Amino acid sequence: MVIVIFSMINKWTTISSKPIKALYSQEDLAGFKPERSLGKAGHYPFTRGVHETMYRGKLWTMRMFSGFGTAEETNKRYHYLLKHGQNGLSVAFDFPTLMGYDSDQERAMGEVGKCGVAIDTMADMETLFKGIPLDKITTSMTINGPAAILLAMYLATVEKHGNPISAAAGTVQNDILKEFIAQHAWAFPPKPSMRVIVDMIEYCTKHVPKWNTISISGYHIREAGSTAAQELAFTLADGIAYVEACVERGLDVDHFAPRLSFFFNAHMDFFEEIVKYRAARRLWARIMKERFKTKNPRSQMLRFHTQTAGCSLTAQQPYNNVVRTTIEALAGVLGGTQSLHTNSLDETLALPTENAVRIALRTQQIIAHESGVINTIDPLGGSYFIEKLTNEMEEEAAAYIKKIDDLGGMIRAIELGYPQKEIADAAYRFQKQIENKEKIVVGMNDFVVEEEHPIELLKISDGIHHKQAKRLGAVKKRRDNKKVAASLDKLHTACTGAENIMPKLLDCARAYATENEMMSVMKDVFGEYRELPVF
Amino acid sequence: MVKGMVINKKVRILIAKPGLDGHDRGAKIVARALRDAGFEVIYTGLHQTPEMIVSAAIQEDVDAVGLSILSGAHGHLFKKVIELLKKEKAGDIIVFGGGIIPDEDIRALKKIGVKKIFTPGTATGEIVEWIKKNVR
Repeated sequence: MVIVIFSMINKWTTISSKPIKALYSQEDLAGFKPERSLGKAGHYPFTRGVHETMYRGKLWTMRMFSGFGTAEETNKRYHYLLKHGQNGLSVAFDFPTLMGYDSDQERAMGEVGKCGVAIDTMADMETLFKGIPLDKITTSMTINGPAAILLAMYLATVEKHGNPISAAAGTVQNDILKEFIAQHAWAFPPKPSMRVIVDMIEYCTKHVPKWNTISISGYHIREAGSTAAQELAFTLADGIAYVEACVERGLDVDHFAPRLSFFFNAHMDFFEEIVKYRAARRLWARIMKERFKTKNPRSQMLRFHTQTAGCSLTAQQPYNNVVRTTIEALAGVLGGTQSLHTNSLDETLALPTENAVRIALRTQQIIAHESGVINTIDPLGGSYFIEKLTNEMEEEAAAYIKKIDDLGGMIRAIELGYPQKEIADAAYRFQKQIENKEKIVVGMNDFVVEEEHPIELLKISDGIHHKQAKRLGAVKKRRDNKKVAASLDKLHTACTGAENIMPKLLDCARAYATENEMMSVMKDVFGEYRELPVF
Repeated sequence: MVKGMVINKKVRILIAKPGLDGHDRGAKIVARALRDAGFEVIYTGLHQTPEMIVSAAIQEDVDAVGLSILSGAHGHLFKKVIELLKKEKAGDIIVFGGGIIPDEDIRALKKIGVKKIFTPGTATGEIVEWIKKNVR
């Protein structure tokens, strides 16, 4: 008992080890000017939210990240989620798809359909969205290295449904810099990667106006072990690098910037997370106004998706994860998120069962419809503690951004291993804090039970690999192989020159070229990224 | 060579990330904890094939290989690494691992020769102790 109490009073810090005072008061906000630091909701610097009416006008989009097995199985899960009140789709691809391999390749062995859905050609994409109105529902796709290829397959599918490409609405993650930093599903080296991303932004700005061309993501940076301030800073520094690359191409910042979107983690430290979102909006608004001289207020709005922290969940006593996810989701909502994924209780053990994912979705619905927190905008605004912490979060992140500027920008910082090392150090520090009980994780390093009762888990059979390879074989047989070869040739030419590659990729997708056929052409021209392992 | 020198040689461990799985937080933490505990640690980096891992294990003359797998591909990848080690006459290298691996799969992996699987929530000290007891 004594030990437990000692560990509780040992240190009053956030999960990122930031010290917190016992009481905050007026003195903490000396010089604080609400009209400059907060403004009104829907107005610069957007600290209180990007919309004037926030959730009174429109709830956040309930968007569960989902995908497993073949396109057929995942399509069934999408219909299940939509039936239960989800209103946006979010595709989880399997590792071979994320890395640009087809299901019939040696490198895909053992991983087809395991951590997401296997997509090899546009035919799989057609199955994935069967019976779903792609002109009405928004789709988010978590894909990065091969983002341009999967976007082309998606747009070709929208077209096949009888809609113009311009009807497509949704998001492609397409954030390669954080792949180098944290998530690691890369393809080409940084420079050609940036060229492809700018091609995509240029193409979508002209032809797919409702598409979010990139989702600049802190989620994975946090999952890899960063602190909250590092998550915020590295994400915005990545954003700066993308804006710079587009401006360098000659694009008008006020044309493309309104379609840049963001994606943050919602970790366990409730207030630290809320201030992270508030500071994010204010910092980005200032960066876009002061550094990039934007005139369009929409260019200055940081719109973001939130996912509760997978890394905060425990394999031990998994039902406790429902509670963790609720606290995290509430932070996302109080922080003003535009869309939200809530993790399922069984996700430290496997992909979620239908039951588990329904509880996760219901968690959002309970927050939205029962808790009353949506009645007013930014309900915590004006609190001494929240405003002080928001200021400190902004300062800490701004200092990191300055450091990255001084190193020569994010691409250079990545080449130097700077963010990677910062994250690895923070992750190791946190692990040690758990092991010496400086931080408590209930059920894991304290309040442990001796015997755990196993819960029902979703199983994905190894047979999926053969099933998917067979489907792919059938597509290869029935497609016009001459057309495939010709479209791949044109893609090669575009990659070598300065022409935008998106129209060429669309032609490849329409001809049912496989993901890896397109990827191989691109890697042939652009090369392949090789990691420098830092630990 | 004096016999004592051989005995004093540090235990060498290869920490490897097989397959396409990009989750390396655990592998890096374990690599660092083992290094801090005085072992010689080589970390392969991501996206390694079983062939690459076995060839690194032999070239680096390691005593044990630790595989980190969070992608559900453990059934395939552990088996492949163990088969290849045997084929290369390096079956004496101990194979252990960690990641998101259900209990019933752990039993199956032990049957094919995986010495130990560490699951989420394991303290690094526990891994260090296990290596001290079970490797050389």
